[in-house]
Amino acid sequence: MLHSSRVIAAAAAPVLGLVLGATGSYADPVKFDFWYGLSGDLSNVVQQMCSNFNKSQSDYQIVCTSQTNYDTNLQNTIAAYRANKQPTLTQIYDVGTATMLLSGAVQPVYQLMADNGYKIDWSNYIPGVKSYYASAKGDLWSMPFNSSTAVLYWNKDAFKKIGKDAAPKTWEELAEDAKALKAAGYDCPLATDITNNESWELLEQFSAIHNLPISTQNDGYDGLDAQVTFNKTKFVQMVTDLKSWYDQGLVVIKDAKQGESYAAAFAAGHCQMTLDSIGDHGTIGKTAPAGMQWGTAELPVYAGTERHNSIVGGASLWVLKGKTDAEYKGAAAFLNWIAQPDQALFWSTNTGYIPVTKTGFDFMTKSGFYQNPIYAGREVAVQSLSEGTPTPLTRGIRLAVMPQIRQELGNALQAIFAGQVSVQAGLDDAAQRSNADLAKAAAQYKGATLP
Amino acid sequence: MSSSNDTGVIPAQAAIQFQATGVAVEAKLDSRLRGSDVAGGGTRGGKKRRESAAGTQKRAVFGNKWLGFAFAVPQLLLIFTFFYWPASQAVYWAFTLQGPWGGGNEFVGLDNIRAIVTDPVYWDSVVRSLVFAALSTGISMGAALVLALLVDRELAGNKIYRSVLVWPYAIAAPALGLAFRFMLAPEAGVIAFVNHIWPGVWDPTINGNEALGAIIFAFAWKYVGYNFIFMLAALQGIPKSLLEAGAMDGARPLRRMIDIQIPLLTPTLFFLLVLNITDSFQDSFGIVDIMTGGGPARATNLMVYKIYFDGFKGLDYSGAAAQSIVLMLLVIGLTFIQFRYIERRVHYT
Repeated sequence: MLHSSRVIAAAAAPVLGLVLGATGSYADPVKFDFWYGLSGDLSNVVQQMCSNFNKSQSDYQIVCTSQTNYDTNLQNTIAAYRANKQPTLTQIYDVGTATMLLSGAVQPVYQLMADNGYKIDWSNYIPGVKSYYASAKGDLWSMPFNSSTAVLYWNKDAFKKIGKDAAPKTWEELAEDAKALKAAGYDCPLATDITNNESWELLEQFSAIHNLPISTQNDGYDGLDAQVTFNKTKFVQMVTDLKSWYDQGLVVIKDAKQGESYAAAFAAGHCQMTLDSIGDHGTIGKTAPAGMQWGTAELPVYAGTERHNSIVGGASLWVLKGKTDAEYKGAAAFLNWIAQPDQALFWSTNTGYIPVTKTGFDFMTKSGFYQNPIYAGREVAVQSLSEGTPTPLTRGIRLAVMPQIRQELGNALQAIFAGQVSVQAGLDDAAQRSNADLAKAAAQYKGATLP
Repeated sequence: MSSSNDTGVIPAQAAIQFQATGVAVEAKLDSRLRGSDVAGGGTRGGKKRRESAAGTQKRAVFGNKWLGFAFAVPQLLLIFTFFYWPASQAVYWAFTLQGPWGGGNEFVGLDNIRAIVTDPVYWDSVVRSLVFAALSTGISMGAALVLALLVDRELAGNKIYRSVLVWPYAIAAPALGLAFRFMLAPEAGVIAFVNHIWPGVWDPTINGNEALGAIIFAFAWKYVGYNFIFMLAALQGIPKSLLEAGAMDGARPLRRMIDIQIPLLTPTLFFLLVLNITDSFQDSFGIVDIMTGGGPARATNLMVYKIYFDGFKGLDYSGAAAQSIVLMLLVIGLTFIQFRYIERRVHYT
C-alpha cells in the first residue's frame, strides 16, 4: 500500500510539474488533424507515433484519427473537403495519387516545407519511392510514409527437398521449380490471388520490373488522355503462363473468401511460394510455425529481360488546402519529425514497411536491423525498389481511375481463370472498359493538368 | 369482424416500413390505406365497430389545423433531410458531370444516363438483380409460409420457434455475410466436406453461379424470420370457426391450408412480396460486399453494389447518381406493376 502510493507520487510529480510548467510559460499548443487509413496493429503504431510527437515538443498537438481503411479515408477526405471540414494531413494510398494531384485541393509538400523553413534533401529519398509522388519537375507533392513493394516469398525447407537453395530468378525457372515441387508432393507450389487490388503484384509490379507500359503517355504521367495498353505487352504472356500453370495445378488461387489468404497459406506452409507485399513480412514471421525456414527474393523476370526497379506501394501523406498558417507550421514540423532516421527505425521495426530515405536505410543497416533474424529479408524490398535508374515507365502510375482499372482487370482474370473467355479476349475487354473509365475521368478533370 | 380488423393493422405497419424504404412507394401505400379504410367502413364489420364505439369514442379532430401540422413537422423534417434532399442532389448529379472534389459541375443532359444504358455490363447487372430479387423473395417467402403454417398448427415446440425464427432478421447484413462466408468457404467452411467427396464441386470464388446462389441463400435466410412473423400473425387472425367448419366438412389439414388459410393470407403475402422485392434491391449491399465483392467476374455485381463501387471507389459520382435514379425508377415500376396486376387477386375482406 505504502509502496504503491509512493510510486504514484513519484510518477505524478514530474507530470504535474510538466503541466504547470506548460500552462505557466506557453500558450496552448496548436491542434491539427491527421486522418489515416490503417487499422488494428498498424493503427496502434500510428497512434504511438502521434503521441511521441506530441511529447517531443509543446507548440503543436497532432490529433490522429483512423478512418479504418484507405478507400474510406479517401472518401471521407473528399467529403470533408467538400464540406470545408478537411483535416490538415491525410494519408492517401498509392493509386489515389493521380486523384490527389488533379484535385486542386492540396498544398504541395515541397512548398510547405520550404515556406516553413525546413531544408530537406529530397535526393535522399529512395528513387523508386520518390518518383511515385513527385511532379514532372521532381518536386515531392506528398510525403512518402508507409512504403512497401512486392517480393517473392519462398519456403526454403520445400526447396531443399527439390535440391535448391535459392529462389527462382526468372519466371521460366519458377515454372520448373513449381513442377519439381508438385512432383515432390506439394499441392500448392505458388499461391496467388486475382481479385481487384491483388492484381497489383501481377500487372503493376510486373510491368515496372520489365519496363513495360501499362498505358500510353508514360503510364499517365504525360497527360490525361492516356489509354491502357496492357493487353498488347508481354503481360499477355504472363497471364497466359499463369493460366496454364493454374490448369496444371502449379498456381493455386488462395483467397480469404475460400478460407485462407495467400499470405496465410504461405505462412502455414500450405503453399511454397507467393507474391506478396513486404508489409506482410512481420505477420508471416509471427504466424509461421517455429522452425520453418523461409526467405524473400525479388520478383522474377522473364529470361533475357534487364531488370528495372519495382514500384512502391503503400501510402503517402498529403497536406490539404484551406487551413491556417499555424496549422501548416505544425504539419511541417510533424513531417520533418517523421523523416528523421530514428523515426524510420521506429516505424519499420513496428510494421513491415521500409525506410523511405537512404539515410534511414543506412541508419537501420548500421544499427544491425537487417542482421536480426526476425527482420532479415526486408532489405530485399529496398534492393528491388533501387534496381537500375527509374525510366519513364518505372516511376509509378498516374491514372486517375486506377482503382477501377484494378477492378476491371480482376474481373477479366477471374473470367479467364474460370475458362469463360480466352486470355486475349479477357484482357482486351478489360482494356476497353478501362479506357472508357479513363475518358470519363478526363472529362471530370477537364482543364486540370498533372503537375 | 376480426379479419377486417387484421387487414387494417397490416397496411398500417406497411406504411411505417415504407417510410424507410422509399417515398414513392409510401405515397402509393398511403392511398391504398385510405382506400382500404373506405372499403372497411362499407362492410358490415366496419359498421358494427362504429356503432359500438358511437358516443364514447368520437373521431378526434384537431380544433386548430396548425397544431396537427406542428405535430407532423419533426417527421417531415426527417424525411426532407434524409430522403428528399439527398434524392434531389442525386438527380442534380445525374444530369451534371461532377468532379470528385466539387466544383466544375457542368450540365451534361442525358449523357450520364446514356452512358449507363449503352453499357452491356450495366444490363447484365440489372438482369442479375432481377434474378436475385425473384429467387431470394421466392425462397424466403416460401420457406416462411411453410414454417408459419406448421407453427400455427401448434406443433410441439411452436412457442420456441415463434421467438427464435425472427432472430435472423435482427442480424446486420455485414455480420450475416461474414457468417455465411465462413460457412460457405470451399476449403475451410462447414460446406468444405462436399469438396472432399467431389473435389472442386463447390467454389464460389471462381464459379459465378455458385456465388450468386450463395448470396441469394444468405439474403433469403435473413428474410425468412421477418416474413414468418407477419404470416404467423395473419394466420392467427383467421377465425378458428372457418377452419373448424372446413374440418367438419372433411377437409384435411393440407386442403384447409390451400383453400382457407392461404386465400385469407393474401393481403399479408402481397405486402410481404412488395417489401421483399424492394429490400432485395437495397438491403443486399452488405451481403454482397462481405461475401463476394461483386465477383467472380461480376457474377454478383448487383445494381446497388455497382452504384457503391462506381461512386465511392471509382469516384464517378455522376454515373453512380444516374444509376441510383434508374434503380429508383425500377423499384417504383416493379411496385406499380405489383399493385396494378397482382393486387387484383388480393381479397382484403
